[in-house]
Amino acid sequence: MADSNGFYQFTGTAGYIASEPLVDAVNCALALERPLLIKGEPGTGKTLLASHVAESLGMPMESWHIKSTTKGADGLYVYDTVQRLNDSRFGSGDVSDIRHYIKLGPLGRVFAAGERQVLLIDEVDKADIEFPNDLLRELDEMRFTITETGEEVAAKHRPMVIITSNNEKELPDAFLRRCVFHFIEFPESEMMKQIVDVHHGNLDATLLDQVLIKFYWLREQNELRKKPSTSELIDWIAALLKSGISHEQLEAHIPFMGALLKNEQDTDALRGYDDRGGTLPAKWSDLGPRYNQ
Amino acid sequence: MFLDLFYGLREAGVPVAIQEWMALVQALEKGLHGSSLLRFYHVARVCLVKSETYYDAFDRVFARVFKGVEGSLDITDEVMEWLRDPRNFPGLTPEQMAQLERLTSDELMRRFLETLAEQNERHDGGGRWVGTGGRSPFGHGGQHPTGIRVGGTSRNRSAMKVAEERHFEDYRTDVSYDVRQMRVALKKLRHLTRAGQASELDLDETIDETCRNAGEIELVFRPPRRNNVRLLLMMDVGGTMDPYFEPVSSLLTALHEEHGLREFKAVYFHNCVYDVVHTSASMSASDELPTGDLLRRLDERWKLLVVGDAAMHPAELMEPYGNIDPRRTSATPGIDWLHQLSDHFLRTAWLNPDEPRLWQHSHTVRLIRRLFPMYHLSVEGVAEAVNALVGARVAKAA
Repeated sequence: MADSNGFYQFTGTAGYIASEPLVDAVNCALALERPLLIKGEPGTGKTLLASHVAESLGMPMESWHIKSTTKGADGLYVYDTVQRLNDSRFGSGDVSDIRHYIKLGPLGRVFAAGERQVLLIDEVDKADIEFPNDLLRELDEMRFTITETGEEVAAKHRPMVIITSNNEKELPDAFLRRCVFHFIEFPESEMMKQIVDVHHGNLDATLLDQVLIKFYWLREQNELRKKPSTSELIDWIAALLKSGISHEQLEAHIPFMGALLKNEQDTDALRGYDDRGGTLPAKWSDLGPRYNQ
Repeated sequence: MFLDLFYGLREAGVPVAIQEWMALVQALEKGLHGSSLLRFYHVARVCLVKSETYYDAFDRVFARVFKGVEGSLDITDEVMEWLRDPRNFPGLTPEQMAQLERLTSDELMRRFLETLAEQNERHDGGGRWVGTGGRSPFGHGGQHPTGIRVGGTSRNRSAMKVAEERHFEDYRTDVSYDVRQMRVALKKLRHLTRAGQASELDLDETIDETCRNAGEIELVFRPPRRNNVRLLLMMDVGGTMDPYFEPVSSLLTALHEEHGLREFKAVYFHNCVYDVVHTSASMSASDELPTGDLLRRLDERWKLLVVGDAAMHPAELMEPYGNIDPRRTSATPGIDWLHQLSDHFLRTAWLNPDEPRLWQHSHTVRLIRRLFPMYHLSVEGVAEAVNALVGARVAKAA
């Protein structure tokens, strides 16, 4: 919604719990009309953010999922030469007009749209190391020219661009300078309770405590190569609920480990912990001062 | 005070440039910080810091610069005076924002503090602010009709507390050199050839063939271009080389994983290469690999990149049984092995993390430089080394 100051304001939606700093970051990007670069551990809701920003602002959303082979130009437009060649051979379609064979990519469609839109550029670090540099001008000026026709596609309304990165590659400075940046911190237990509540409402409070104690304890284990994340926690709770496990059963061991740990070495490491006679924490106070403020 | 933040961040090594600073000023102009220091903290961080590795530095600087601001916002006489006599500040347009000095003067800071102070005042029923500033740089009017007390209420965590908690300490990295730029340099480590299955449409050929075929479409495919570089990395590990191990090996492994290289092999040694090298950096007995075997297995087309400081006791290089590790004695002196390596491979390069000006002071470095073209382990040095490995051929150094 546009507020009295004339810029859009994001507040979070019923399906997405956004922390205060994140809300401020989104609003900052909206007001400055700069792309918002989001980093954070996998499973902290980076990708989901875009659809919820779109929902909250009532804007349509376009996604561009980046792969290792994605080129910057793919996002703008593709000139389908083979189709044109084919049409010219079989006399179908209007071959004389090159415009019929120019298909706008996600970035192009957002620019050409008549209203302000949300564009998600997902996992920008997957692409080639030079990829972000290829988009500098387009993201800056929000316009580009189709070389084949000489037509210019310019954004009538600067889209809200949300870019996510998993930190696989460093992004170029020139690119970073054009963005505003937010790092999604891993949610603390209080916020995690709210997040769980969105997905599994009316969960028994004692059970939830047990679940979170085990979850945060697991995350503290340094031997683990991949720490379980929020999305894994949600899956795990779903599994626990299906099987009807009680909080007493949870106190002494961790069932359905496969939902939390996705990697053989990690499961082995934890099994080793059990065999060595290590005890799992059953109370928040077992977790150390960080969780008992 | 604002400038303190700016220069404080730069001193702390956070790369803040004018562009980031402008974004912050623009955000303040739009009133994004509302009227709490915490939100100002969020907004400043969003605009100024571009990597979580700098969050900790930001917290430290922020806590230092704004210490004492929070909670001590009693309206001073000076401010009251200012409120009674509001000078006419022109609206801050983007053009004027270029005047950084002006905007970041203490004046702006004062006005910022005053907006904060105003919230306190309004709590007490005052409403003086309304009507004085038609165009406050902080977009104050009407944004927070209820007024949130600055600092330390139960609803908002205080910015100072957030900053002082230093949540992001774990995210710091103190790797000083520019990994990204080196990766860009290393990307040039390629020799593109077309080989393998024809799976890429050759558009020009297709059109030519189609014309020749009187319009009947004739699709022509060609194999995609692939990097044909095989790279052998020999790395000095242990002792003085320890700080370089992680960045260099991750750099090259990542390069390989991006399908940048046709083949990649890394072996490790300590100080100098003798008759065995190790396939893992832990250098245990189980991963020994005879250097002779390595030379037999890899042909001369492999590019050899050595990373090491080449500085050692002359005896370690020149004498039989010179290995510093008494468990791994070797009758052949290290220099002979280095000779063999440099003769075997067509293209070699040596990256040295030590400053080039120190090279001439070490006897062993001088000797090794005769065998291998040596470059500094820096962005420029890596680029030169890559050029030595795949660039235009030059006469091999004698």
